[in-house]
Amino acid sequence: MVFDKVVEIIAEQLGLDSTEDITPQTSLMKDLEADSLDAVEIIMALEDEFGVEIPDEEAEKFKNIGDIASYIEENK
Amino acid sequence: MDFAGKTAIVTGGSRGIGKAIALKLAQLGANIAVNYTSKPEEAEKVVTAIKEMGRDAIAIKADVSNGEDVQQLIDEVERHFPTIDILVNNAGITRDTLLMRMKEEDWDQVIAINLKGTYNCTKAVTRKMMKQKSGKIVNIASIVGVMGNIGQSNYAASKAGIIGFTKSVAKELATRGINVNAVAPGFIQTDMTEVLSEEVKESLMTHIPMKQLGTPDDVANVVAFLCSENARYITGQVLNVDGGMVM
Repeated sequence: MVFDKVVEIIAEQLGLDSTEDITPQTSLMKDLEADSLDAVEIIMALEDEFGVEIPDEEAEKFKNIGDIASYIEENK
Repeated sequence: MDFAGKTAIVTGGSRGIGKAIALKLAQLGANIAVNYTSKPEEAEKVVTAIKEMGRDAIAIKADVSNGEDVQQLIDEVERHFPTIDILVNNAGITRDTLLMRMKEEDWDQVIAINLKGTYNCTKAVTRKMMKQKSGKIVNIASIVGVMGNIGQSNYAASKAGIIGFTKSVAKELATRGINVNAVAPGFIQTDMTEVLSEEVKESLMTHIPMKQLGTPDDVANVVAFLCSENARYITGQVLNVDGGMVM
């Protein structure tokens, strides 16, 4: 499932020990304390993994991880 | 300073200041990717000298102004070496002439190699350095980028551009353990300054408090310092190596 893979990549990029508390509503920056560089790295890793392009103006609209997974789902 | 096991890429590393930097970093323990564009035999000489010191080195041809070339350069470095710890953006050219006589291509070529080349190479190593959470990037600017110079509006613009680029990228990457600094050489004895007339050299001397040209080693020593852990807390700076020309 796309969402699970997205969570896996985010956890890898951020070096999270556990992904148990991550839901589609989890915010990268607010909840996982990612900074703007982390966000860019995550987006780039997701682009590589799924072979999609995520333009900056789309990335800016993402409020939570669910939004990211939906975008990839719709565009891959 | 100890760079044992570190990998450094030096663009324009076959001659002049770049060669001195490659040899200096190797002397301090680093393995070196020597980038060049036009003179493979010169690059091979540098590689041989580095290997004689017991380090690993490869010569890689790439035009730094070309994004694809740069990606191939970085890919080859990654195939050959486990990490990329140091990038020295040194490749540069001059196309000196008064603005009135400067052709568009004189402007474009200098900006493409000096400034865009620095962007291309820095961008290409950034992701890896971010993953490593460490890296040292040193951009070779010029004192001319700080004070301007007759006949060098293109070169000065490219070097001033490098300074602004250095400061911006330093801010972007500061939280990732990546130091980005610039060194601004004054007048250094190289092929690039060799072509200056005696008259020009004479007039330069009046502006150099130390009354002598610098050597490529003078620059290489400062680059090595900025690449070392001694400069751990320094980022976004421009260090002038110019015998006191600009204070």
